[in-house]
Amino acid sequence: MPKQTFILNGKTTTVNVADDVRVLWVLRDVLGVTGPKYGCGINVCKACTSHINGKAFNPCSVRVGDLKPKDRVTTIEGLAKTAPGDLHPMQQAWIDLDVAQCGYCQPGQIMAAVALVKKVRREGREIEESDLDSIRNICRCGTYVRIREAIQQGASQM
Amino acid sequence: MTNSFRHEPDGPDTADAAGLQRRTFMGWVLAGATLTVAADLGLAQKAEAVVPSGPQVADLYDLEDAQTDSALPTSQLITIVINEDGTASFEMPRTEVGQGIITSTSMIIAEELDLPIDKVKVTMAKARQELAFNQLTAGSNTTFSTYTPFRVAAAIARQQLLEAAAILLGTQADRLITTGGVVRDTLGNEITYGDLAIEAAKQVVEAVEVVLRGEEKFRVIGKPQNRLDSRDAVTGKKKFTTDLQIKNALPTMVCRPPTHLGKPVKLLNTSAISRMPGVTHVAQIPTGIAVRAKTFGQCIDAVRAMKVQWEDGSAANESDDTILEELRAAEIPMLVPEVPGLAKTIETDCVFAFKSSAALEPYAAIADVRSDKATIWAGIKSPIFAQNQVAAITGLPPTAVTVNVITGGGSFGHKLFADHIKEATEASKAMGVPVKLMWHRADEPRQGRLHPMATSRVRATILAGEVLSFEQRHTSVLTDFEHGFGEILTNVADELPSQLGNYTLSQSVFALTQQMPYNFGVLDQLLNETVAPGDALSERFSTGSMRNIYSPDVCTAAELTVDKLAKAAKMDPVKFRLKYLKDPRVKAVLRKVAEEGNFGRKMAPNTAQGVAIHKEYKGCTAVLVEIDNRPATVNRDLGPETVTGPRVTKVVLAIDAGLVINPRGLEAQMQGGIMDGIALTLTSSNHFENGRFLEASWDNYFYTRQWNVPFDVEVHIMDTDSKTPGGGGEAAVGSTAAAVACAYARATGTNPTYFPIQHEKPLAFKPKSFVPPVPPSPTNGLSRTY
Ligand code: FES
Ligand code: FES
Repeated sequence: MPKQTFILNGKTTTVNVADDVRVLWVLRDVLGVTGPKYGCGINVCKACTSHINGKAFNPCSVRVGDLKPKDRVTTIEGLAKTAPGDLHPMQQAWIDLDVAQCGYCQPGQIMAAVALVKKVRREGREIEESDLDSIRNICRCGTYVRIREAIQQGASQM
Repeated sequence: MTNSFRHEPDGPDTADAAGLQRRTFMGWVLAGATLTVAADLGLAQKAEAVVPSGPQVADLYDLEDAQTDSALPTSQLITIVINEDGTASFEMPRTEVGQGIITSTSMIIAEELDLPIDKVKVTMAKARQELAFNQLTAGSNTTFSTYTPFRVAAAIARQQLLEAAAILLGTQADRLITTGGVVRDTLGNEITYGDLAIEAAKQVVEAVEVVLRGEEKFRVIGKPQNRLDSRDAVTGKKKFTTDLQIKNALPTMVCRPPTHLGKPVKLLNTSAISRMPGVTHVAQIPTGIAVRAKTFGQCIDAVRAMKVQWEDGSAANESDDTILEELRAAEIPMLVPEVPGLAKTIETDCVFAFKSSAALEPYAAIADVRSDKATIWAGIKSPIFAQNQVAAITGLPPTAVTVNVITGGGSFGHKLFADHIKEATEASKAMGVPVKLMWHRADEPRQGRLHPMATSRVRATILAGEVLSFEQRHTSVLTDFEHGFGEILTNVADELPSQLGNYTLSQSVFALTQQMPYNFGVLDQLLNETVAPGDALSERFSTGSMRNIYSPDVCTAAELTVDKLAKAAKMDPVKFRLKYLKDPRVKAVLRKVAEEGNFGRKMAPNTAQGVAIHKEYKGCTAVLVEIDNRPATVNRDLGPETVTGPRVTKVVLAIDAGLVINPRGLEAQMQGGIMDGIALTLTSSNHFENGRFLEASWDNYFYTRQWNVPFDVEVHIMDTDSKTPGGGGEAAVGSTAAAVACAYARATGTNPTYFPIQHEKPLAFKPKSFVPPVPPSPTNGLSRTY
């Protein structure tokens, strides 16, 4: 069984698992890192959204064999450590605005929101309504209104 | 003196200083190592019918009453334990699926117990047979049916703590006060609840009486409270069923038939599948071929590789069109003929497509079936029903079956059923090992629970601006109430209004939920279903309720008709409704949204406002929406399999929900319900073609997405005199769906007749394969980072 090595939430991690297992299952079923959720397995629902080298990606659609030893994978569990303070400002905004209902989509929503803010900043802008409209993460509980407000608040603290 | 603690041995009522009548409740102190108190879960006040003239059944006695009354004779004890660390533990006999009832229950206990909310530890009770009908989370009933018993238990605990403290401090209980988990006397002595926990414990069971604190003294109830699990939810700590690490419970998935509810005959390549990477077990179960592997990814690969001989489902030759024909044939005629002469007849005839009630968390259950016992972990709103199903499958007595209730990732009706638990039980039994069974997303809309297809016809007559009659005929594919509503209604048969005597179960549920709160002369709403329960065809579809049972469809057809009546009477839709509405509470919510939403403001071409009201579950809502149907909005291109279309740009909702425990939670429920209502009218449905549902992904089943979300959503919670908490989980859906339909009709100048609007448009996606039944896992994720 091939050894797979990558950096997970700041720690170099090695697992024995076949190349073509998708990263989501390596995280959840092999490593027990269950923050990223399964909602479709085909890069549609975005419940599994995590970061690779600081950018949003969907581990349900990446073979673990395609990760390089230097690749930094961050899941919701590791997000707080990427910013000063107890929680990442986006997590705090989510708490302040009481966004979560069932909470199943929320790890993915928060990871997507952080990446989106960074992306528009790279483009030299701030978040606009059209950026919020572009978010594909589904929330079947319909928390979208509070998500939009929380992203604005979180961005202002990032 | 406080009036929160008092012994009144005789008589049911006591008057407090303000002259208010207050009921004395009975409860128990149980034997325990620390203080353990109990109340009877059946304490919820019995619904009382006042009989005005000519009301509909649900005006007098609704589904909440039926659920609450069914609890009365059978209920058992719920207990609160005071722990040595000063916390209070409570096992709630209801299921949290995102609606916030752990938070609201903690608030109720914190209030009566004078304990900080973070010291109240509410968990979910395992299935308890003796609770019979009282462990079902459905119909927005939780707060209504549990408010009083939960308060009584907490009040007894506080009373016992006071008595124990009084002995220690050498004083009397009524000279002591409680705040923040501490008992104080007038001299400044303090004892914490933790220090009293053992002192107040009893060796024998003792019956006690208690008087509840007056609502005017509430400090927690009615104040906005953030959810208690929000930190866990945003840090990834919150655990759902598939996140649990149960020893040896490996990932398990099921290869399912191409047709809806088809059945497996046999797996043709068993040995090849067994040898696939990661695979440990393969077994045929009644719904398909189950495979257990080291990872879910390997289960998916195995499911895709299976060659299976299938038997078709019994609707294999049907499609949307044939089912619609069947509905048309089953429609019952109206009573009022098309009146010739002066009266004008207004007709509405709407079709509502099949819809999937799937949550984002797919059906998932862990099962460990042994020869002498079975253990289940799952999100389930009817745990006793599930326990009985597991017992039936395994041949074990229900007492040998433990059903652990896990917080669900949404429900919307889906988790009322035990489909996932039954499958996991079958798989664990067949394989002889524990399984963590999860449905693939593609399985959910194709084989999972659906809201049935229906038609709703309305005929109203109006003469000289006065409405003479209003009849509605709702015709639906059979709805499955197997999970417990049925038993509830049978159980309270004697209490039910006599009009229900000849009704089927579904017709009873319909009558118990539908209220047309208008003075429209001859008023009549009836349900008919195409097949009767138990008929050969009754198992054709996997159905159930979906964040409301009938209301969104019924309300949409009714409110579209009200708009037409207003037009015929040459009145504005708000004034017209105000003229005919009976109930002052409904009028008040409507006035509120009309005012806050500036109803009647001038709108640009292709944009419009719409209003609608809905009354159900002892509460009512009004919704005002604005819709944008301009080409630039409708034709937004946001990529493949992305439905844009008309956008609801603004929503103003007002709700009178009676006594509100947590306004912040209620607002969240309203916001979520609004998103559902928008999807029901505009975008979300299942297409049925040759026995197959085409949808298999969230990019096929178009629930509201960010690009459909209104820019502006306002929720107004009305002040009310009501002391009774009403239901909130479903209240916003029907009125929003209806208001969007009314606005769409106005903006487009059309008479929409098929919902959702998107359903009749060309299919906005390419259907995924049926054999294999699940799509391949993509590999290009690294090229789609941002
Ligand atoms: S599970 Fe990865 S996008 Fe849906
Ligand atoms: S909070 Fe339940 S799916 Fe988003």
